[in-house]
Amino acid sequence: MSVEKTPSTAANDASNPAVDGSELIRFDNVTKRYGSNVVLDNLCFDVASGKHVTLIGPSGSGKTTILRLLMTLVKPEEGTIKVAGEYLSHEERNGKLVPAGEKHSREVRKKIGMVFQQFNLFPNMKVLRNITEAPVHVLGLGKDEAEQRARELLEMVGLTDHLDKYPTQLSGGQQQRVAIARALAMRPQVLLLDEVTSALDPELVAGVLDVLRDIAHSTDITMLCVTHEMNFARDISDDVLMFDAGRVIESGSPEKIFSDPEHERTREFLSAVL
Amino acid sequence: MQWDWSAVGDFMPRFWDGVLVTLEALVLGSLIAFALGLVWAMAQRSPLKAVRWPVTAVTEFIRNTPLLVQLFFLFYVLPEWSVTLSALTTGIIGLGLHYSTYTAEVYRAGIDGVPEGQWEACTALSMPRGRTWSAVILPQAIRRVVPALGNYVIAMLKDSPQIAAIGALEMLGQARQFTATSFQPTEPITVIGIAFIVIAYPASLLTRALERRLVR
Repeated sequence: MSVEKTPSTAANDASNPAVDGSELIRFDNVTKRYGSNVVLDNLCFDVASGKHVTLIGPSGSGKTTILRLLMTLVKPEEGTIKVAGEYLSHEERNGKLVPAGEKHSREVRKKIGMVFQQFNLFPNMKVLRNITEAPVHVLGLGKDEAEQRARELLEMVGLTDHLDKYPTQLSGGQQQRVAIARALAMRPQVLLLDEVTSALDPELVAGVLDVLRDIAHSTDITMLCVTHEMNFARDISDDVLMFDAGRVIESGSPEKIFSDPEHERTREFLSAVL
Repeated sequence: MQWDWSAVGDFMPRFWDGVLVTLEALVLGSLIAFALGLVWAMAQRSPLKAVRWPVTAVTEFIRNTPLLVQLFFLFYVLPEWSVTLSALTTGIIGLGLHYSTYTAEVYRAGIDGVPEGQWEACTALSMPRGRTWSAVILPQAIRRVVPALGNYVIAMLKDSPQIAAIGALEMLGQARQFTATSFQPTEPITVIGIAFIVIAYPASLLTRALERRLVR
């Protein structure tokens, strides 16, 4: 995990796609704008395989945009993103870097799973099928195998009794745990968590965080997490990145960031949320 | 004015022919309108401008010109390009095509009503576009719009006498032909008026029942 404050070797990377085996996600000089509003400003950072990285910072500082870029829900105006050594929003054709086609993006994206703030379960499918739908129709798993996998995941999130229900019959916390199981059923290398407890009633938050703690400690999955739950961030993170105005202004271990932040802006932010 | 039951009896053979044509036009026309409307609505969501634009132009054109003009065009102008269809076939295609531009708007509203998060979840699971439509978006969109589609079936029923103008003798066409020889308009017109209600009312009850079941 390292953060470069200055644009450096991105241009060379395009012609030399050598991969450091340990870095799973790499942002190189990524700029994202909405109109004249710069959301990410020449951002460079990478995440090593197996690490749990938490993005913190005020609303509108660009944290969620990073997750949306990784999901290819939005595309960067400048710069490149690599996942497991492959370009995400670009592909190489005849030695040139061009915007990626839908097919290329989809292939690279299969390495990434995402859990949303609003769960986004499919209301027209029962819990079990919510989880098996993509493994069967995207990965080509057999129905039995996919259901076996789904049952194991539901057991892990503590919802074995609910596989025959529709999402609307579950509480918010239960729905979010199903959504976590659904994302994991694709066996992603990276799990993106976008404020996954923000839409939950306070008493349901703990159950969801417990499940995520479990996953963080018992698997080698890489996690990239946007959250306002600072205790949770302290618990699971290897690294914390503090965002402000589209830039990483400070990064380090949770102990460092939460107990002894260097940056004035970080201190202000933490005293407001803690 | 005298009500003549024997005129009713005399009208019956023609009446049943007309009922058959009306129902045929309604059922087949609805099927075309449902299927084609869905095609229009999905095409308008295409990422390609080259698909969206022509579809928008065609549907706007059809929706904003009279059904009768379209029927005449299909029946009298198409044969100039050696496409000759029977009056009934032309009527079915005309009704289906015209109403497909309305059902397209209905579907569009239903599709727009599916939260953006559903599309995003499909993207996050790397689902291909076809599967996204068939497994996630359309099942949610269509259940919301079934009642509105039902309303257009009833509207189409009420527009169906227009196909008599190109010689597809549905109920009203048969009634007028009968009157031309019997000079008794009261009985046949009354009979078909009742027949329209008998077809339309159960259809609107069914629509309302579906609305209660599907829209929550």
